[in-house]
Amino acid sequence: MPMQTVKMVITGPFSAGKTEFIRSISEIDVVTTDEGISAVSAEYGTKEATTVAMDFGRITVDDDLVLYLFGTPGQRRFDFMWEILAEGMLGFVVMVDSAKPETFREAKSILETFRAYAPTPYVVAANKQDHPDAWAPEDLRIALRIEESVKLLPCIATDKESVKNVLLELLYSILEEMDT
Amino acid sequence: MPLKGNLADFSITQILNLINLAKKTGILHVYEPIVTDETIRDGTGQERKKVMPGEERATVAFRDGKLILATMGNQDGHLANVLQKAGKLNIQQARVIRERGKKYSDKALALMLINANYATQQDVVRSIKQYTLDIVYDLANWEQEPFVLDENAAPSPARITVPIDLQNVIMEIGRRKDGDEPGIELPNLDMALKFPEDPGEKFRRVHLSVEEWRVVSFINPNNSIRQIAKACNMTETEIRRVVYSLLNAGLVELMKPPTSKQPARAAAGGKSRSAAQPPITVKRSVVERLIAKIKET
Ligand SMILES: Nc1nc2c(ncn2[C@@H]2O[C@H](COP(=O)(O)OP(=O)(O)O)[C@@H](O)[C@H]2O)c(=O)[nH]1
Ligand SMILES: [Mg+2]
Repeated sequence: MPMQTVKMVITGPFSAGKTEFIRSISEIDVVTTDEGISAVSAEYGTKEATTVAMDFGRITVDDDLVLYLFGTPGQRRFDFMWEILAEGMLGFVVMVDSAKPETFREAKSILETFRAYAPTPYVVAANKQDHPDAWAPEDLRIALRIEESVKLLPCIATDKESVKNVLLELLYSILEEMDT
Repeated sequence: MPLKGNLADFSITQILNLINLAKKTGILHVYEPIVTDETIRDGTGQERKKVMPGEERATVAFRDGKLILATMGNQDGHLANVLQKAGKLNIQQARVIRERGKKYSDKALALMLINANYATQQDVVRSIKQYTLDIVYDLANWEQEPFVLDENAAPSPARITVPIDLQNVIMEIGRRKDGDEPGIELPNLDMALKFPEDPGEKFRRVHLSVEEWRVVSFINPNNSIRQIAKACNMTETEIRRVVYSLLNAGLVELMKPPTSKQPARAAAGGKSRSAAQPPITVKRSVVERLIAKIKET
């Protein structure tokens, strides 16, 4: 039997915790981050399009099934990458930094953009719940206008159990979608 | 967890919407903005100057999702000032009452004024309501002030509070704004509108303008906002403003119109992969294996 790979996309605004999320669960090191790239391209004026890096993690289920997690490059000038990443994804997670209301508008905009790419299930992760200024998930739901039918989960991306919970809830939503 | 933010990112209208829907109790503190040299980044990675809270400029109190009291700057909301502003007391009378009535609560003072025939109970209630609303409408023009919502805090029990429905306040703020509110999330005109689960409850106490009622009367999953605008003879800016207010007042919700369930992809050159593609292409067993693996990871 040929090996099957499935893909999930972790998206969200700049600094929402996408890299951290993938790092917490991936069995391989997550080496690249977009911050490094943008700093380099700004400094040396290099052609940005040729060197877009993104986060990339892997979970091997067994010899014939592998799950890949892709983090989207956070800056808007890379958003041509989003559609490519979105193609064929099983589902996606929208990460939100719960302690940074200055990023909520962008979070909502990214959510809508991804939703338009593909009708796949998704969940919203109210990340950085350990931060003293974090907004509660139920307040974020209203602030971002997330429908009741969409899961909005508290998350601490540095905590593996929390990351597992978000991915599991997304997978449960995918199962439910299959039932309908 | 305190709700902290800046009005540049989360407007008064959005705050009122949150308080209304979550039926919150607490006091909103709004501060003078102090722009620092420190930079922060917004969600797109853009740098901007960090704004820190300076002196407190206004407070707005809420109980169970209703507006109950507001103060601004040196207007501390003393009953004598409130009644003077409403024209129920002249400057002289207000000053005397402020000085002599220091030891009395607003409630005790109100009783004395009513008994002395200076004002009726209705005058007192109306004046406080108007005073509170004036402050909130003023506040709605602020665009860069830091705020904190101190949840479950309550104003001094000595103060008279008048509960005001927030839906009406939100609608009125929308009517007073000309042009687009900067930074608001403008509804996509191709979306349709629907009523919330409990429209009866939500519409019961709301007062809408004729124009707003007309929009509401066209709400139907088959009508896009653009079509409603056409039917009502409204410009895009006009319909956007009305829909934005209706959304924030919790009176309508956005939904995708049935024809565009599969999103149109004009930008991608008409090539429509997702429309042809079923939402999920893997087998159930694959998802179940993924679940088992992540559980044991
Ligand atoms: N306290 C806390 N910090 C977090 C959490 N998730 C991410 N961070 C930190 O937030 C910053 C941005 O995270 P990163 O994963 O690089 O964001 P990205 O731009 O979305 O990839 C880093 O300093 C992370 O260590 C979290 O749940 N709690
Ligand atoms: Mg990153």
